[in-house]
Amino acid sequence: MSETPVANAPPKRLTTSAMIASLAAPGQRTKPAPFGHALTELARENKNIVGMSADLSKYTDMHIFAKAYPERFYQMGMAEQLLMSAAAGMAREGAQPFVTTYAVFAARRAYDFICLAIAEENLDVKIVCALPGLTTGYGPSHQATEDIAIFRGMPNLTIIDPCDALDIEQAVPAIAPYKGPVYMRLLRGNVPLVLDEYNYKFVLGRAAMLRDENDVLIISSGFMTMRALEAAKLLEQDNVKAAVLHVPTIKPLDEAGILAAASKPGRMVVVAENHSVIGGLGEAVASLLLRHGVTPAFRQIGLPDQFLDAGALPTLHERYGISTEAVARQIKSWL
Amino acid sequence: MNKLSNISLARRAWRIRRNALRMGEVQGQGYIAQALGIADVLAVAYFHALSFRPEEPEWEERDRFLLSIGHYAIALYAALIEAGIIPESELETYGSDDSRLPMSGMASYTPGMEITGGSLGHGLGIAVGFALGLKRKSSKNFVYNLLSDGELNEGSTWEAAMAGSHWKLDNLIAIVDINDQQADGPSSAMTSREPQIDRWRAFGWYVERVDGNNIDEVVAAFDRARLHDGAQPRVILCDTKMAKGVKFLEEREMNHFLRVDPDEWEMALNILDEGKPA
Repeated sequence: MSETPVANAPPKRLTTSAMIASLAAPGQRTKPAPFGHALTELARENKNIVGMSADLSKYTDMHIFAKAYPERFYQMGMAEQLLMSAAAGMAREGAQPFVTTYAVFAARRAYDFICLAIAEENLDVKIVCALPGLTTGYGPSHQATEDIAIFRGMPNLTIIDPCDALDIEQAVPAIAPYKGPVYMRLLRGNVPLVLDEYNYKFVLGRAAMLRDENDVLIISSGFMTMRALEAAKLLEQDNVKAAVLHVPTIKPLDEAGILAAASKPGRMVVVAENHSVIGGLGEAVASLLLRHGVTPAFRQIGLPDQFLDAGALPTLHERYGISTEAVARQIKSWL
Repeated sequence: MNKLSNISLARRAWRIRRNALRMGEVQGQGYIAQALGIADVLAVAYFHALSFRPEEPEWEERDRFLLSIGHYAIALYAALIEAGIIPESELETYGSDDSRLPMSGMASYTPGMEITGGSLGHGLGIAVGFALGLKRKSSKNFVYNLLSDGELNEGSTWEAAMAGSHWKLDNLIAIVDINDQQADGPSSAMTSREPQIDRWRAFGWYVERVDGNNIDEVVAAFDRARLHDGAQPRVILCDTKMAKGVKFLEEREMNHFLRVDPDEWEMALNILDEGKPA
């Protein structure tokens, strides 16, 4: 722990290291279970869709699909290796499995099964995983701070890191027609709704410029795009103009879109991600820019290379530098 | 497929062994002892039990045969050649650059190879998915999965075993090659211990255990496994002898990955030919 608990301190009722907590700020607009509803809607037309989960349907919003189509939902029990290999077999027989678990279990426990049984044969399995990065205060057992680093090296695998409820509900029908394996990071429960104010539409493999300004370019994915947009508003009060390029597809990366944005002269590039600074979007962008001789001032905002503390999410996001205020503060200090 | 007489099956097994030895000779080494050991089971599988069309390996109404033990590819290629799915002329490309017959079995390389094996412990779970997928389509076809006693060390195999009975997968038939040999030594000295029958029964499976080198016994076990009317998956435990049919290789110690001297291949083929069935 970074902070020593104080003896006889009064209980702080608002903090919790419970497994499940919403990312939404008090009063923020949200939508319930966008993945579950989008999948259920899509499955009405697409009869090949089946749902599979490893004892986490309720916690991945898959329960909505399971309730709508009980005969198309497969509860595989708490067995992620089986979940992935059985999904491979189902895909070989013409089904399109959407499988859910937590990101830690897919990336750490079931890697070999996703790699060999699914990706090596380029099978049409969509792997949708809750609790990506630091979205639970439960501790390292459930904090998938390195899932993208693990998965980026896997050939054939597409990686999606959506920002909000709108992104998720658009990503689901967008990845379905693509016939190949996809890993999608999932925000579940009451998910913030942000991008509807930015004339945004999810396009597989494309980055989207949400704000185009001149002082700094924040390249971000997942809910860090929401934080970047909020931080940009804070920075504006200090007369710092921040652009935000949202990169929901981590792999394959929208190289042309990122290069074009990062090539604009005089703009510092900051990559912000809900992931370890090792092996994620930050390093992917850095390598891309260097390979093309694009060398703006470059900084990373992400999780440190360490096992993170348990605690309440707002506390931890502040502690590890991915809260809105911390993002704005860091950027200001670099200018 | 026509159901062939058991004498013909012996002839099929002999030819599978011969194909495997000839492929082993191409590389001078390989998992030839496993191929010789499992040849009788493969002969019964392909020429007694399975539905398939040689000219149409992806025929929807075929029975699926999943090889999770990728290193047994040499054995399955030998059977697929005998079955007419792979032309015999490709035999001499075994393990060579750009061949469709790599040393470890992979789905994208070879007609008739349903899955990519090699990372042990995947096959039975994938087979569960195939079996669920076939039931979803109301297919009457079977899913066979050939795994090894060494593969029973893998916990994922037992996740799949639990799922097979949970889902009442009566279209799933596991075949376990019990040759008591894995990379570091005898399987029975590791964690794949007896009692195998009790273990599988406890997981809810219908169990047959046979001498995997006795074709009559293997045929009867396949028939009982297919015709069993319980709503449960089936397993055929096949005790086999490594390098069966070539005495001097049978007697070689630690024959998991056999190195055979150049002059010995000819000798092995001659010994095999002396025992050619009528």
